[in-house]
Amino acid sequence: MLQKTYENIDSIGRAILSIKAKGVHNKELAEVIYPNGEKAFAQVIALDGDQVTLQLFGGGFGVSTDCKIRFLGKPVQVGFSDDMLGRVYSGNGQPIDGGPELLSDMIRVAGPSINPVKRLIPKEMIHTGVPMIDVFNTLVRSQKIPIFAKAGEPYNRLLANIATQTDADIIIIGGVGLKYDEFHYFKQRIEESGSKSKTIMFVHTHRDSIVEGLMVPDLALAVGERFALQGKNVFVLLSDMTQWSDYLRQVANAQDQIPANQGYPGDLYSQLASRYEKAADIDGAGSLTILGVTTMDDVTHPVPDNTGYITEGQFYMKDGYLELFGSLSRLKQQVNDKTRHDHRSIMNAMARLLSESEEKVKAQKFGSVKDDYSLRLLKYRKTFQKELMDPFRFLELEDALDLCWDVLSKYFKKEEVGLSSKLIEGYWPEKGKFKILKDNIDE
Amino acid sequence: MQKAKGKVVSVNESLVGARIIEGAVMNGEVAYIIIEDGTRLKSEVIDVKPGKIAYLQVFEDTSWMKVGDLLEFSGLPLSVKLGPGILSSVTDGLQNPLYELAKKEWFLERGLIVEPLDTVVTWHFTPSVAIGAIVTGGSILGYVPEKMFQHKIFVPFSVQGNYTVERIAPEGDYTIEEDIAMIQDASGISMSLKMAFDWPVKKPMPFYERSVPIESMPTGIRILDALFPIAYGGTACNPGPFGAGKTVLQHSLARHSQADIVIIAACGERAGEAVEVFKDFPKLIDPRTGNSLMDRTFIVGNTSSMPVAAREASVYLATTIGEYYRKQGLNVLILADSTSRWAQALRETSGRKEEIPGPEAFPMYISTLISAFYDRAGVDILADGNTGSLSIIGTVSPAGGNFDEPVTQATLLSTGAFWGLSRALSDARKYPAIDRIDSNSKYPSLLTKEEVSFLLELLREGKSIAANIILMGEKGITDETYIQYQKAELVDAVFLQQNSFHDVDGVTSPNRLRLMFDVLKAIIDAPIAIKGKEGIRSHFNLIRQTYIDWNIMRVDAIEFEQQKSKLLNLLKRKKHATENI
Repeated sequence: MLQKTYENIDSIGRAILSIKAKGVHNKELAEVIYPNGEKAFAQVIALDGDQVTLQLFGGGFGVSTDCKIRFLGKPVQVGFSDDMLGRVYSGNGQPIDGGPELLSDMIRVAGPSINPVKRLIPKEMIHTGVPMIDVFNTLVRSQKIPIFAKAGEPYNRLLANIATQTDADIIIIGGVGLKYDEFHYFKQRIEESGSKSKTIMFVHTHRDSIVEGLMVPDLALAVGERFALQGKNVFVLLSDMTQWSDYLRQVANAQDQIPANQGYPGDLYSQLASRYEKAADIDGAGSLTILGVTTMDDVTHPVPDNTGYITEGQFYMKDGYLELFGSLSRLKQQVNDKTRHDHRSIMNAMARLLSESEEKVKAQKFGSVKDDYSLRLLKYRKTFQKELMDPFRFLELEDALDLCWDVLSKYFKKEEVGLSSKLIEGYWPEKGKFKILKDNIDE
Repeated sequence: MQKAKGKVVSVNESLVGARIIEGAVMNGEVAYIIIEDGTRLKSEVIDVKPGKIAYLQVFEDTSWMKVGDLLEFSGLPLSVKLGPGILSSVTDGLQNPLYELAKKEWFLERGLIVEPLDTVVTWHFTPSVAIGAIVTGGSILGYVPEKMFQHKIFVPFSVQGNYTVERIAPEGDYTIEEDIAMIQDASGISMSLKMAFDWPVKKPMPFYERSVPIESMPTGIRILDALFPIAYGGTACNPGPFGAGKTVLQHSLARHSQADIVIIAACGERAGEAVEVFKDFPKLIDPRTGNSLMDRTFIVGNTSSMPVAAREASVYLATTIGEYYRKQGLNVLILADSTSRWAQALRETSGRKEEIPGPEAFPMYISTLISAFYDRAGVDILADGNTGSLSIIGTVSPAGGNFDEPVTQATLLSTGAFWGLSRALSDARKYPAIDRIDSNSKYPSLLTKEEVSFLLELLREGKSIAANIILMGEKGITDETYIQYQKAELVDAVFLQQNSFHDVDGVTSPNRLRLMFDVLKAIIDAPIAIKGKEGIRSHFNLIRQTYIDWNIMRVDAIEFEQQKSKLLNLLKRKKHATENI
């Protein structure tokens, strides 16, 4: 296709540029050619008569009015081949690990969504070894689920744990706005766990332009989706989608879009959804599971709020613990009736009692907790947190369920837990004979 | 009519500007934009601006469009095809059947166009009019069996004035493409008719004789049927933050509501949720008909990653089909999930059009559109004396779970029942997490007015005692007050809470609801002379446990009656025990 070069740049902004040009396609890829011959990518985002607006992958800084724009006659694409495994790429899709560029098929980025009738109902549990996940908010293959946490919580460690300790065929790490040490951490974990040969990283760090950061999820998901279509079970990790949303806000702002909530563009929901919805268990092929990170202070902030409406639950991490309240796996009902037959009941009983203890925590502040039952609830709560909420405790599901029974029986009488007599007969530990729990736990 | 032509002058995501170069263009008209590779992208005129520039919202991805691309206007507004074959199908927001599309591509590639209704399958038509009969729009020409009912074949509702039947097809098998009748007006102009016809989605179908919703529609969900009911032809909304149980509630309503037809409009929500419905429902039996649950269901899905402009179309498509089956004399229920996503789609388009924004950047006219949408629900007394109804239950997803936002507020003004979902209740695993105090309904309950007030009063009292207990501890209140508190907790635990994943507990029939309430009332009214909080609590724990065990027993199980007696005996025994003391 004929590649046309134009040189009458009209305006340059933080991340966008406009130029007069003809015959240009919406979303076409272009090159900015600097006077010294250097090049950077750009993409058409709007057309108005002969006025073309482009988004600059390298940012607007250093672009001059005498730069040239060459339209490349193709959309944004990303390479795809098995040789990409073990490699690290930028948000441009260029290798940044010092290795050679690959000759590979080019595939489309941000393509249409899969036909819903080609989706399967998710039904396969992913064993993570984390009791708060396996017992209380079971992860299911093809689920899309983020970790909600304050910046500074060890969410990337949990992300790396889940990716490397489970049975994913392919791991794709999409790093958006990573600090250099976080990037290094992921690389190290992947190497140490022996997962390097099944991992591809797309990484944007703070020194790169925000438009590259915006591209990362699309590249990671396009490549992941292709592996899934080949029958692989793919894990895509996206950290951190709050920064990604922030970049989206900056670009929208640069385009003079009318902001909706807290400066975010009105299409924040749709933008997040079109990424997360790539997660799917595909009929006759593999699956794509998305584990994200959404850093936040407050769950009603537009980013976690919109995310919560899109994803199939969230793992809420607070003060180093995985919280029960605030966490949710919408798909757990699909699988937790097929594990051990006390799973659902014990999960509900534990949660109900924990919720009852919440009331007592409030009451305790008024000094009004004096009765024996309330005091036992408070002790239960403490043990629950210590024994079960640690995201880095590794337990097989059976052991984790046994631990739940141990904890229940330590603090409650059989008739207080609201479980059927049949279950209690089968699982209630004999006095002083815990399977997992240490007997001196609260002494 | 001469169809107009145009040329693209601007492209901004889903909003395209086009200069009209030939012919006349109508606001609301459908146009096809033909891009370089010949793909035809469906779009709708939403404005015509000075200089004869038409603005269109494109229902597909606008990548690779360029200035100068040609437009073909259709001369017709966005319409839905109405006729036999709608039930148990699954379509996108523009009525493209998804199973048909899947035969062509794995992905929802743009520009694919498929017939909305099967044109090959034949339907067994039985005429009900004779040659010479006088008919008009809405008159019945005959019947075909569709699933479990007789589908009436109408003279299209758009036909005005009187016509004479010139020809009517004899009983036999026909496709929806074949002519089944010819009618002629007084001036001799004739019209041939098929079993299916088009209707513009944004135009409400006229009522024959509109009536008021007064009969409650059982949903199988106790807290709704008892306290916050919906009526046939009524409207309800369930706003709530994410994770409070909107989806589970919608699924439960789709399965158990006593409607003839259920239409699910999955608008801008997770694809997985629609998938659960159309993969599970064919395997589930509708106890009322003995047929597959899918037989009474129609799903329109414009899920969150599909093109945003088609979200609005998906809501209107569902509504128009609902109105059509109401004309069939059926009780139709629409579950629209979520109306907020539709409103957000309007916000996106409005922003691109650079309209002056209202609160939270929603367009100023959002409330008008929302109330006009809910106004399409209602009861219609039809020409043949039968009654049809259309009920709409809309989910609202307010930002931050805060109900004080434009979409929730406009919805509250337009609906007859409000089911506020609460994160506090869902955290406490008290499902359905519908706020017991703040929710309301203006429709009649399956219980009497007095019984409803009694329950609400007890729940309010329980809530205020709970606050006192936090402040003063259990020791700070009297035994009598503590008993009241336990009674309110009991009502919540055994009657309002319901496990929607349980075969038996998940759905409660009107008869069972009556029985459950009567037993519950007997428990609450029974005098209790136990002293001490510990004793009172264990008394209520025992009742709760026994009652919950009863909730999961089938009515026809042998132990059902035994358990009921056990429950009632619990009261007697306690009375005796305390009397002895």
